[in-house]
Amino acid sequence: MPRHTFILNGTRMSVEAEDDVRLLWVLRDLLGFTGPKYGCGINVCKACTCHINGKAFNPCSVPISAIRPDDEITTIEGLAASVGRDLHPMQEAWLDNDVAQCGYCQPGQIMAAVAKVRQARAEGREIRDADLDEIRNICRCGTYNRIRQAIKAGAARM
Amino acid sequence: MKSDDSAPPRPEDGGDLSSRRRFLGYLLAAPTLVVAAEIGAPGRAEAAIPSLPQPAELYDSMDLFRDAALPTANLITIQINRDGTASFALPRAEVGQGITTSTAMLIAEELDLPVDRVHVGLADARPELLFNQLTGGSVSTVTTYTPIRVAAAIARQRLLRAAAIELGDGVSNLVTKGGEVVSTVTGRALSYGELATKAAGVVLEQVSVTLKPRSQFTVIGTPQSRVDALDAVTGRKAFAMDLQVPGAKPTMVCRPPTINGTVRGVRNTAEVRAMPGITDVVVIPTGVAVRGQTFGQCIDAVRALKVDWGPGPVDGASDETVLRELRRAELPLAVPAVPLLAQTVDGDFTSHFASPAALEPLCAVADVRSDRAEIWAPLKVPIVAQKAIAEALGVPQSAVTVHVTQAGGSFGRKLFPDAAVEAALVSKAVGKPVKLMWHRVDECRAGRAHPMSTTRVRATVLAGQVLTFELRHTSVTTDFGQGLGEVLTAMAMKLPVGNYGFAQGAFLLTQKVPYHFGVVTQLLNEVEIGFNTGSMRQVYSPDVCCARELMVDELAARMGKDAYRFRREFLKDDRSRAVLDKVARAGNWGRTMAPGTAQGIAFHAEFKGYSAALVEIDCRPRTTGRKVPDAVTGPRVTKVVFAVDVGLPVNPRGLEAQMMGGIMDGIALALTSSLHLKDGHFLEGSWDNYFYTRQWNVPPELEIHIMPATTDQPGGAGEFAVGPAKAAVACAYGRATGTMPTSFPINHGTLSFEPKPTVPPIPQSPIDGLDHAL
Ligand code: FES
Ligand code: FES
Repeated sequence: MPRHTFILNGTRMSVEAEDDVRLLWVLRDLLGFTGPKYGCGINVCKACTCHINGKAFNPCSVPISAIRPDDEITTIEGLAASVGRDLHPMQEAWLDNDVAQCGYCQPGQIMAAVAKVRQARAEGREIRDADLDEIRNICRCGTYNRIRQAIKAGAARM
Repeated sequence: MKSDDSAPPRPEDGGDLSSRRRFLGYLLAAPTLVVAAEIGAPGRAEAAIPSLPQPAELYDSMDLFRDAALPTANLITIQINRDGTASFALPRAEVGQGITTSTAMLIAEELDLPVDRVHVGLADARPELLFNQLTGGSVSTVTTYTPIRVAAAIARQRLLRAAAIELGDGVSNLVTKGGEVVSTVTGRALSYGELATKAAGVVLEQVSVTLKPRSQFTVIGTPQSRVDALDAVTGRKAFAMDLQVPGAKPTMVCRPPTINGTVRGVRNTAEVRAMPGITDVVVIPTGVAVRGQTFGQCIDAVRALKVDWGPGPVDGASDETVLRELRRAELPLAVPAVPLLAQTVDGDFTSHFASPAALEPLCAVADVRSDRAEIWAPLKVPIVAQKAIAEALGVPQSAVTVHVTQAGGSFGRKLFPDAAVEAALVSKAVGKPVKLMWHRVDECRAGRAHPMSTTRVRATVLAGQVLTFELRHTSVTTDFGQGLGEVLTAMAMKLPVGNYGFAQGAFLLTQKVPYHFGVVTQLLNEVEIGFNTGSMRQVYSPDVCCARELMVDELAARMGKDAYRFRREFLKDDRSRAVLDKVARAGNWGRTMAPGTAQGIAFHAEFKGYSAALVEIDCRPRTTGRKVPDAVTGPRVTKVVFAVDVGLPVNPRGLEAQMMGGIMDGIALALTSSLHLKDGHFLEGSWDNYFYTRQWNVPPELEIHIMPATTDQPGGAGEFAVGPAKAAVACAYGRATGTMPTSFPINHGTLSFEPKPTVPPIPQSPIDGLDHAL
């Protein structure tokens, strides 16, 4: 079976898997990183959102063979450490606003939020309501307004 | 053995009678302090039974569930641990509604222990609890409020007594605070941890206590954040799919192309079993199961299977055929004799199929051996699951251990043990543990639908009065899940609804017309058409409340009255008017709005509580014409002001979260989310077809007002907001567009997506994810 190597949450990983197995299942079923959640498997619910080299992406829709050895994958488990803290400012904002209900969507929401703020900053501006309207992550418990508040609060501390 | 309360009596609260009442409980023989609660029969069920037509006003579903839970409520126990924490295994499911947090608050309050030192876990299936292990109908807090506090109060009393001996002090000189017993004389303190062993019971002992009066509450009624919030934001909160049970490999089921179709044969079992990663292929009653190293490989295998499918029981069915059957079954509206000059106002509304669609699809882990089975799954009625699994496996119920896992949402879906039974059958067939997951598409197409229904209303008005108001709700049968049905059946003798059967009972117990509308009759008629249905969040209310409130708007218009003032004038009591006034004032009812935009207002009473919603909607072309890929936009609700009175709010912050979620559901059910039935299957397959509220549909302005406590008892809350939110959106939409909507959701008539194929039953995952990295 092909062997794949990449950097996961700051640590070099090596895993045996068929080339076409999507990264989400490599992370969850083979490596035991269960922070990224399954909600659709076709890149529409965004529950599995992680970062690749700092950008948000959906591992349910990426074969493991598309990941290069120097790619840095960050899951919710490694988000805080990626900024050298116990909790990322966005996670703190989530706690301050008591965002979660069932919590199933929240790892993906937080990863998407961090990337969204970075994206706005890269364009030389702060996050706006129009940016928040673009976030595709589903929250079936309907925590959307608290998510919006938390993103603004988290951005202010990022 | 019986002993008297030796703890100092709580200072009495003037108006609070329940604080003087003594409650009985038990001290159990155990290594550390373990207490159990028991309360006597309150005699409420024997109270005057109201007569039709409005039973919900006096004896509603809250009473029913609380009374059903009473005989076994004494079996709940609280343990004080050596580290000074308290543990409690809650016989309920946590599906996101926050019951573990509010339960920790009740214990913290009575024990004078910080909330974060109370551990609330979820109890395994406990058959002896009978009806007391059921999460549904928004009744968890209602049924457990007193027993949990009684147990905690007994623990506190024992800790005080143990401390008195240790400190050589009188109990009357001791107080409890922050998890310690402190002497008010010497200032010496002992922690609950130090007392846990010394306070332990040696023999079973019955004791009695009084409860802390409401005037002394410092925890109940204050906003508390969720106890599992940190786990949720760090990805540590574990759902069934995240459990690492040795050998439990990913498993999925290839399902028939039409609802409840059957497997005739599999043409390529050996070929599929030889696919990379796949370990097993077996036929079960609901389809063909595959087990493999990863779920990704299971998806490949499900797609590769060549199955000969037998027909399902509803292969020709579509929205149109179901609607025709509903029309045929509609009960007549029979207006009582009214004066000739009375004007008749009719309304006729259709609500389409909808999906509960929790984000976590069904999942269950099963390890079935020759003589026993162990199951892990998010289950709202674990006792029923245990029974169903035992029956499916052909083993005694006692051989099945059922662990309840945290649920990633439910909305009624997790009343049904569908995945747990499948997982058990597969595990038995392959002789290995399995972790069985439903694909998202399975949830849409083979899952449980909120039934399609019609709601017809006829009212008569004369001289500024409503003389009659009749409502007939005709619905595809709601499968209540055995748990809810069993409660209703077992309680049938006590039901004030006579011989109507339990669906009619549930309908009459939850629905009430809260206005002085003269002669009021409401009836449900159900049509059984072989569907997998379920009681989605708030069951009948989203559809019935919406129809009723649209008619109220219509009646107001006929009388030339303002929609808010009309409601205010006809509402029955002060608590109702208070929530209505709250939203009207806070939402600036009646302000001038631009053409194409409007306000709507609605009221609803249920679950021993009262709620009102004020909504503003924007139906202008520049808003409805917004483009978002793989989504619908349509009108945007720009503002929601919501007020709720639940009696005694235990955790206002959790309640607010519940209301927010219900409002999002109401917006979706009014505007965007439904299932389309065609040729025996639902066309929707995933979130790009089933349009639940998304960020671009979310109201930018949202205000939720939790009314201050109006009673000493908490009412239900979990589902409250859906109906009134949907109704207010519908009313606002009608006003903005000048046409009262009659079919829900309003966009159901337009299919806004390309349906996914039914064979293979699930789609392949894309491979271009990196092209969309942001
Ligand atoms: S599971 Fe990856 S986007 Fe839904
Ligand atoms: S918190 Fe439950 S899906 Fe978002």
